[in-house]
Amino acid sequence: MLFRVFARKELETLYEILAVNHMVGPVSRGMSKEGRELYAFDYLYDFQDLRLDFTTTTHSLKPFVLPFQETLSSFTVEDGKWEKYVDLNIYKQHVFFGVHACDINALNKLDKVLSEQLYPDPFYTGKRRNMFIIGIGCHPQPFCFCRSMGTDTVLHGFDMFLTDLGDSYFVEIQSARAWDILQQIPTAEPDEEDHRRFVESVETRNREFSCHVDTSDLTKILDLEFQSPVWEEWGGQCLSCGTCANVCPTCYCYGVREHVDLDLQSASKIRRLYSCNLIDFAEVAGGHNFRPDSSSRLKYRYYHKHRGFQEAYEEPLCVGCGRCGQACLAGITVPDVIASVRGQEEQDE
Amino acid sequence: MNKLEFVDVMPSQGRFTRKTDLTSFEYSYQAEITSVYPLTATEKLYQIRIIDPDLRQSFNFQPGQFVMLELPGIGEGPFSISSSPTRHGDIELCIRAVGNLTHFLDRVPRGTVVGISGPFGRGFPVEEMEGSDILLIAGGLGIVPLRAPLFAVLENRSRYKCIDIIYGARKPSELLFTYQHQMWRQFDINLDIIVDEGDAEWTGPVGRITEILEKRIEQSKGDLSRKTFAIVCGPPVMFKFVCNMLIEAGLPMQKIFVSLERRMHCGRGKCCRCNIGATYTCLSGPVFDYWEVMNMKEAI
Repeated sequence: MLFRVFARKELETLYEILAVNHMVGPVSRGMSKEGRELYAFDYLYDFQDLRLDFTTTTHSLKPFVLPFQETLSSFTVEDGKWEKYVDLNIYKQHVFFGVHACDINALNKLDKVLSEQLYPDPFYTGKRRNMFIIGIGCHPQPFCFCRSMGTDTVLHGFDMFLTDLGDSYFVEIQSARAWDILQQIPTAEPDEEDHRRFVESVETRNREFSCHVDTSDLTKILDLEFQSPVWEEWGGQCLSCGTCANVCPTCYCYGVREHVDLDLQSASKIRRLYSCNLIDFAEVAGGHNFRPDSSSRLKYRYYHKHRGFQEAYEEPLCVGCGRCGQACLAGITVPDVIASVRGQEEQDE
Repeated sequence: MNKLEFVDVMPSQGRFTRKTDLTSFEYSYQAEITSVYPLTATEKLYQIRIIDPDLRQSFNFQPGQFVMLELPGIGEGPFSISSSPTRHGDIELCIRAVGNLTHFLDRVPRGTVVGISGPFGRGFPVEEMEGSDILLIAGGLGIVPLRAPLFAVLENRSRYKCIDIIYGARKPSELLFTYQHQMWRQFDINLDIIVDEGDAEWTGPVGRITEILEKRIEQSKGDLSRKTFAIVCGPPVMFKFVCNMLIEAGLPMQKIFVSLERRMHCGRGKCCRCNIGATYTCLSGPVFDYWEVMNMKEAI
């Protein structure tokens, strides 16, 4: 990996150089009831809108690679004959300016399922390949447990990663494209002082983590506690609304529906992101539901993320961003659920 | 000039090892329904022929695999292929009218063009079973996915030893493929049928499927451990009872195969709807051996 440093004021130049492409970055979206500032990833039209000091966004980058609704194919129907047309809905390169490590890791995890399997999904993969990602170091929020999930740092899946050193930015360069772009602004080889400040900022950040999840032997513990009554308790609180999946950067489940247009001459096949907490997620034709109660669906969600995916790819399908816990209407958070499954509630208090 | 280059979606690396390239993820072969044969009040047998002759000939599947059948604008669903693998793209699907798509299929005439993609999933290892006794145990609609391995076995009858089919249904009127039962018996096959409740014309046994299985196990002196494979398919309640009896009779777990049913929206290991834990029924299944089933939570 190559490293450079550049002066703080050059950031705007970097932005302007890239601004011929579609730019997406964190922007402010007003205040919450509690008085916290809310952020979202959205298209940028002015450098002044870019808020690299953002805490966290309500949604991750998922809507840009896995839109909530997407047309998979369309049909023309005439006299009982039909033709199928597929449009991958990808036309332009996007630059993502200011992404935290957890969200880059989330994309890397999605790649494992959606781009690297027997049947790679072109709708996702095409968008993913046409991303230019500039990461930015973050300050852990009270609900962030990415350090426990091993996703507080990111090793690949971005073009450049910025770390704020006060008057300058320390940049890790991962791609030739990023290197070429950085040639256009004055940068320097990091010196001893920069190294020291970089290590210091990492240490300061590590001390800021306040939320932890004990993941040691979690796959085994989840298997052992499959019949545990704690699932009933959490299931009783869960509203089965699917909000957690909506904000989750790694939830990719979907459902497919077909629609006939009103003129009966054309039809379309549309996929919509779904949630395993919704009641009919595992219901088969004929009415049998493999997971009829909310506790079994909630349990399935945790099993998929922390056991099943771990088994298949040796890492959990959770980046510890804490968005699900923040968004949950019933206040269910991953650290609480896992602590109770491990029987550790007492220690927390 | 700083415009980033648009990357071609179709990558060059690894394309020979994948089942589909990126442009053909969302595809379906046009196929014509050449005959519709009503089996019972709710189930019909559809003969479906892939229209393109080359695609039809190159359509190879293992018994137990499934296809996704699509009707534009109506829906798409997974269906077990229940015809012989040697017939390639001239497939037969037995479909019960229960949902949106299947009720529509119930009304379509011969000649309708549907979309077929697949075959998907893992089938029954019928070649491994050569030289052994085979026990096929089906409850209700479970006979449908068993018909493909049955044909594969019948077409190579001399390679297998004793073949038993134990088939249970709720009522005699719900028995499927009755017109073929006589033909199956002609291949030196023991076909035992049992129904939960008989009617005026029913002369066969009445009761649970386990009663017949018990007799069959007694015939082998309570020991199935020597050279037997079992294939079990039916409603979820049946699996536990039948598989436990087989295990008690000494049949190793990795010689019991089951075919599981789940909701599927893609068939390609993406949509997660068929997941058991994080095991995709559409990629690792729908055929599992019983050891795998025991290791998945909530599989049956």
